[in-house]
Amino acid sequence: MTGSSPAAGPSPGDRAGRAATASPEWWGTEEASVRYGDKLALDHVTFRAVPGRISAVVGGDGAGRTTLLRCLAGAHAVSSGQVRLPVALRIGYLPAGSGIYPDLSVDENLAFRATAYQLPAAAARERSGELLERAGLASARGRLAGQLSGGMRQKLGVIAAMLHRPDLLVLDEPTTGVDPVSRADLWWLITRAAADGAAVVLATSYLDEAERATDVLALDAGRELAAGTPEEIVAAMPGTLRASDARPEGEAGQRAWRRGGRWRIWDPPVPPGQPGPAAGRAAGQPGRVLAPDLQDAVTVAILARELAAAQAGNGQPEGGDPR
Amino acid sequence: MWAMIVKEFRQLRRDRRTLAMMIVLPVILLIVFGYAASFDVSKIPTVAAGPQAAALVHSLGKPFDLVAAAPDEGRAWAQTQLRNNTNGADVAVITGSGPTQVLIDGSQLFSARTALGALAAVQEKALAERASGSPVQRPQVTVLYNPELKTSYIMIPGLCGVILVFIGTIITSLGVVRERQTGTLEQLAVMPLRPRDVFLGKITPYFTVACLDLAIVLAIGVAVFGVPFRGSYAVFGLGALLFLFVTLGLGVLISSVSENQGQAIQLSVMVMLPQVLLSGLIFPLTSIAVGVRWISYILPLTYFNEISRGVMLRAEPIGPLWQPFVFLALLGLIVFTLASLRFRSFLAPAAPRRGRGPAPAGPQPAGAEAVQEAGAGAGTVPAATGPAAPAGQAGQSGAAGPAGQTGPGSAGSGR
Repeated sequence: MTGSSPAAGPSPGDRAGRAATASPEWWGTEEASVRYGDKLALDHVTFRAVPGRISAVVGGDGAGRTTLLRCLAGAHAVSSGQVRLPVALRIGYLPAGSGIYPDLSVDENLAFRATAYQLPAAAARERSGELLERAGLASARGRLAGQLSGGMRQKLGVIAAMLHRPDLLVLDEPTTGVDPVSRADLWWLITRAAADGAAVVLATSYLDEAERATDVLALDAGRELAAGTPEEIVAAMPGTLRASDARPEGEAGQRAWRRGGRWRIWDPPVPPGQPGPAAGRAAGQPGRVLAPDLQDAVTVAILARELAAAQAGNGQPEGGDPR
Repeated sequence: MWAMIVKEFRQLRRDRRTLAMMIVLPVILLIVFGYAASFDVSKIPTVAAGPQAAALVHSLGKPFDLVAAAPDEGRAWAQTQLRNNTNGADVAVITGSGPTQVLIDGSQLFSARTALGALAAVQEKALAERASGSPVQRPQVTVLYNPELKTSYIMIPGLCGVILVFIGTIITSLGVVRERQTGTLEQLAVMPLRPRDVFLGKITPYFTVACLDLAIVLAIGVAVFGVPFRGSYAVFGLGALLFLFVTLGLGVLISSVSENQGQAIQLSVMVMLPQVLLSGLIFPLTSIAVGVRWISYILPLTYFNEISRGVMLRAEPIGPLWQPFVFLALLGLIVFTLASLRFRSFLAPAAPRRGRGPAPAGPQPAGAEAVQEAGAGAGTVPAATGPAAPAGQAGQSGAAGPAGQTGPGSAGSGR
């Protein structure tokens, strides 16, 4: 997976390979835009999902995550740009609503999926048995899906989506509202699908979870905010980060957000020619400098975009308040 | 309490359909019961066979209304007229050798009752006038098809139609809209199934159950209520098939414009109520005011009633029934076409139709690239030749605008 920004790190697909037929080793979008009426839900987003890797799409509400995933699943066509997808038979999709029939049993849900995806009955039984066993659902096979807990239903949704060993597995918020134990099971399933050779794309609102992915695409207001491996995104964060017990006064307060019980303050890099290096300015401020993680880096990226927009006199920033 | 009232009104204002139903339904009921709901028959289409028969019908006066006369014909002709419901004939007067005969079509229950009453009145009057004169010649009155004028004879064939409407429209619309409500619709849209497969797969079970139900109701009607089945099973079956075609289409159509099962039920009731009241099932069509009667003729149940009563009670062959058959087929064609078109966009509310109008802004129309590229897919998928949209969705008629974004969950929210 790569982004279209120069900050994006190296990608398995050659960057020059934007031409239609080169670099076949990925599924995804090229400069894809999706418009709902006069609202641009996706704005020239380039995204590549690579077989064997797990790509996380992160962003706040209205960032365009679900829209991008719907495009990748073939549920939505792009308004402009390009998509490259396997045939429907080779895509697995978990929509935000889990896509499971509540009035069918676990087994019946999987049987329906297996038939629709033309899986031989014996192979389907074997595979669903194995996946259900591993996900701790083996004892629930005869239960109606509507009677399962939220976490169990999500696990069933993921199993159903990966049952036919798709080439592209698209999971919309598979772990939202799921307890830690079920989440571990879900991650086992997700990792297993990638190990089997699928290009896995998952949307998540948990940035700590995104750190487990091989690649991350952060979206904000339909545009790419950051892309690359989690390490690359953290390393590319401009300026410095401080932690403080109180929200700073004045202008710096606009660059602060609460995380845990403390405040984080971001100091943008000082442009060359202006007095004082960033570190010096930070040193004159309260709080201690700390090493950012992915969550900090993405928050800073949103903040930087908002501040830039405000400074450019564009009025209010489009994105949501990250704090 | 005030907070509750304000909240309720606000919610009601948002729920346009319930609001419309609250206003439209009373109006419909008012019209139906004001103009249509009447058991009074003011006109009985009558045919005359034999010499002077026409004059005799004229002399009977109201409510008998001469619609055809054949001075050279006899009872056989008259009976055929009644059986085939030619010109809507409910009564036949036959003169010639022997006493005057009056045949009454018992399958038109209310007309038959009115005719019997009117004939009795005419005779009483004649008796009073000729009290001192020669004895009055009494006509021979025969009620055909339903000699005991049993209500069950005409209700059970009609009920077959109501059951088909019930399953075809209400149950089907619920079943289809359930996909939207459980959020499985989106899953269905990306699965490697053609819209046609989904459509047919969706309605086949309801079709089967409806056929089974029809058979059960018929069997009970014949065995328990003694309703005769005099005509051809094949003609009846064909009529039921065509009718089911229309009602299933209506069910899918309703579900494709409904957000949830509640809305689907509301709409189904609004479709079903006029059919029950205005199709001639309860109130005779001839009693319905002309201003409202045209509604009867766009309701499929009206035609199915004609077919089922004609075939079951009068053994009417398919020839004279061509009109209801043709109208049912036409209605079916219209409704089914609309339903399958709507179903496609229902299945993929957000997929813009490929190749429609000018290409969207951008270097290339969406999807075109994928067609080129997919063949060179990631090695693991040599068969990857489909377009960007799932194979089955190519050329769908969905709208890309927000209007199409009606699915549950986050569709259109652009998260």
